[in-house]
Amino acid sequence: MKRTNELIVGLAVLAVISVITWGIFAVGDNMTPGVSIYSGDVFQLHNTVLGIVTIIGVLVFTAMFTSIVVHRRSKGHDAAGFSHSTKAEIIWTAIPVLILVVMSVPATRVLIDMERTGGADMNIKITGYQWLWQYEYIEEDISFYSALERDSNRARQLGSGVNPREVDNYLLDVDNPLVVPVGTRIRFLLTSDDVIHSWWVPDLGWKRDAVPGMVNEAWTLIEEEGTYRGQCAELCGADHGFMPIVVEAVSQEEFAAWVAEQREEMAQTAHDAARLWTREELMNHGSRVYQAQCASCHQSDGSGLEPAFPALVSNGVPSGDLKSQLQTVLHGREGTAMDGFRDRLQPQDIAAALTFARNAWNDEGTEGEIIQPASIAELDQG
Amino acid sequence: MSTATSTHQDDHHGDHPTGLARWLFSTNHKEIGTLYLIFSLIMFFVGGAMALVIRAELFAPGLQLVHPEFFNQMTTMHALVMIFGAVMPAFVGLANWMVPMMIGAPDMALPRMNNWSFWIMPFAFTMLLATLFMPTGAPAAGWTLYPPLSLQGGNSLAFVILAIHLMGISSIMGAINIIATILNMRAPGMTLLRMPLFVWTWLITAFLLIAVMPVLAGAVTMLLTDRFFGTSFFNAAGGGDPVLYQHIFWFFGHPEVYIMILPAFGIVSEIIPTFSRKPLFGYTSMVYATASIAFLSFIVWAHHMFTVGMPLGAMLFFMYATMVIAVPTGIKIFNWIATMWRGSMSFETPMLFALGFVVLFTIGGLSGVMLAIVPANFQYHDTYFVVAHFHYVLVTGAVFAIMAAVYYWLPKWTGHMYNEKLGKFHFWWSTIWVNVLFFPQHYLGLAGMPRRIPDYAVQFAEFNLISSIGGFMFGFGQLLFVYIIWQCARGGEKATAQVWEGAQGLEWTVPSPAPLHTFDTPPLVNDRVAVHQDKLT
Repeated sequence: MKRTNELIVGLAVLAVISVITWGIFAVGDNMTPGVSIYSGDVFQLHNTVLGIVTIIGVLVFTAMFTSIVVHRRSKGHDAAGFSHSTKAEIIWTAIPVLILVVMSVPATRVLIDMERTGGADMNIKITGYQWLWQYEYIEEDISFYSALERDSNRARQLGSGVNPREVDNYLLDVDNPLVVPVGTRIRFLLTSDDVIHSWWVPDLGWKRDAVPGMVNEAWTLIEEEGTYRGQCAELCGADHGFMPIVVEAVSQEEFAAWVAEQREEMAQTAHDAARLWTREELMNHGSRVYQAQCASCHQSDGSGLEPAFPALVSNGVPSGDLKSQLQTVLHGREGTAMDGFRDRLQPQDIAAALTFARNAWNDEGTEGEIIQPASIAELDQG
Repeated sequence: MSTATSTHQDDHHGDHPTGLARWLFSTNHKEIGTLYLIFSLIMFFVGGAMALVIRAELFAPGLQLVHPEFFNQMTTMHALVMIFGAVMPAFVGLANWMVPMMIGAPDMALPRMNNWSFWIMPFAFTMLLATLFMPTGAPAAGWTLYPPLSLQGGNSLAFVILAIHLMGISSIMGAINIIATILNMRAPGMTLLRMPLFVWTWLITAFLLIAVMPVLAGAVTMLLTDRFFGTSFFNAAGGGDPVLYQHIFWFFGHPEVYIMILPAFGIVSEIIPTFSRKPLFGYTSMVYATASIAFLSFIVWAHHMFTVGMPLGAMLFFMYATMVIAVPTGIKIFNWIATMWRGSMSFETPMLFALGFVVLFTIGGLSGVMLAIVPANFQYHDTYFVVAHFHYVLVTGAVFAIMAAVYYWLPKWTGHMYNEKLGKFHFWWSTIWVNVLFFPQHYLGLAGMPRRIPDYAVQFAEFNLISSIGGFMFGFGQLLFVYIIWQCARGGEKATAQVWEGAQGLEWTVPSPAPLHTFDTPPLVNDRVAVHQDKLT
């Protein structure tokens, strides 16, 4: 009689818990299957393990709630006196061990695949900075920085008044995406220039830390063309949430065209570093550089965020002389969040940003200094 | 000798200071236990207020309330306050109150040190919380204080490190005291394998504390010298290694996780038998399971850092070792269910919280098994999936167990029954909203939302909104807990010595409220009165 009770209630409880579990899976999001050669394996492994632990959970909770329903004092159930069973202990030690062994086999296989980084067709070095990424295509000799796109950057300022829902790909868009060919085995070499970052695009199936002083390896082979978005995943300071990653996977031909285009731009950049710029050109370009590189700490109006991020203007006048300001911009300031930009930006970017910062909020109406790209190196020397 | 004894006696029963001096100078385990518990309750609300700042900012996409830097200070301080200020002192408070009464000892073995261990804490936390008001702000590098980021902050880092040192000293002294008490002061006949599970889990926890708090102290001291004295332990440019810090930190950090859950296992192992009116199933296997978890906790640390770049062999080792922890943990859960099975259960508030613990901790444990799977961990790591996981084991695990313990022993402490209706309401309110708070975070993590970000892409908006609503409801609901405790301390139905019909053990043989001094004459524990007689057959 009692056993039938437990069985009937048990089946009913199992039904209820199964429905609840189904509901939990129905309303939620799951991991992405991704687009790389093994991201599908990771996804499948995740689903397998999730399935196993769900079944374990459902069975454990069924036993528990059956007991809660049947063995209650309010129903006049008297307590049994048993308090141990070696047989039971052996069973519920052995079964979990077997389940774990079953899980560890595919986990080991997928991990070994993911860690085999040899035989790459191309190598890309990724360097994390506070708070942007640098990509260097080692074979193609192309290098550029990739930071949060301007619209997102403007919208994400405290009290910006911009509705994030009206910004395309809010916080997940960059100025210069990482362009890679599909069907190519790419090895990534990850490192950092300042603090630890972590490079993560869920569709590729992994994240890997970028640690200063260390080079980590990871690889991918993207199978589908498309744009894949991710973010820095390791807390790296104030703007940790604002250094997204965008990977554009294109066909081999498109990639070749893109490489040619980059080469052309590099030639233009070298030319720009040497020529003379007008004040207007410097101010326009400087405004763009400033908003992308400087505004997140020093704010768009140069007022800073004391005490961590000093103001660049006091009473409308640029604080500090040009020389010391340039030194700070080029080499950073030790013990603070201010990094050196000498390797990160082109001379024309630095010259323009400095020109902008020293003139844009100058209420006095004086003609502030303009700084020519060509004179940066000279000013730095002496 | 005889004079010394008589002086001691006077000190013991006469001359009890009143007012502030009573609390400042107390060497009584019950008073110090109360101090710890009140301190922990205050810190629970301080840390909770910080969590609400976090959830308020994450209520909708875009930055509305705080600067990202302050947001990072909140996540960092929330964790430090909750771990070191709320959960750990609560368990120490419970140990202070209950361990001597459960083993038939008159007090803790080292009462003056006991006083000191507590009174260090308010100073440590004053220093820690003071950093919020310093010009460079509180630490903002996460509670793990990973370099190089933690070294970028201001001078307030020194205050944080010294506060951690003070907490460490307090914890180590508390642990020494608990070990000395349990090993030396058990009543005659209270053999080790007759001790209540709560005492066992605390004994093992105390060893963990002594083993790992010095490791944390070493790690943060190296941070201190790197930041202020020009060393380069963790500075790659000076020949150091930032990853070294993570290895040292998590060698402390993983046992720390068990420091916060083993006493919870002990509490639940006391409560479920009482309200099932049936002895704890598999007592001996519970003791061995606890010891194995403690041992394993020392060899799994690197599972917190699978993405940092490790050799394949190391990843496989740490994956397998981590998976093995599921076995003793599973044994505990199965034993609890076997304890309920064919019992005569009733569902007073402590039992409700204990049952809530079993269900929700199991969910956290199962997501822990998922996190151990390295290839999948590469996706889960540092996302909201991890945040959901550790809040299931810490809030619905450790904190629910602490609440269960408070309801369970409150009548013994105050001599009054708490308001059962309100207690049950508190349980249901907390359970519903805590799940609204944390369950959607699993989805957020799987969908790709990293942790520790103050703002997010709009596809994460819905589940963040739900989570924030859950957070506010859960958080404000805890004021009811304070009201229930306050009401119970003030009066109410008189509690009997046994309090709960099914309660067994020495703490239920003394009157309620427990007099200031109990077991001046040790009780005799023989086969007839011993609660645990279980032997592996």
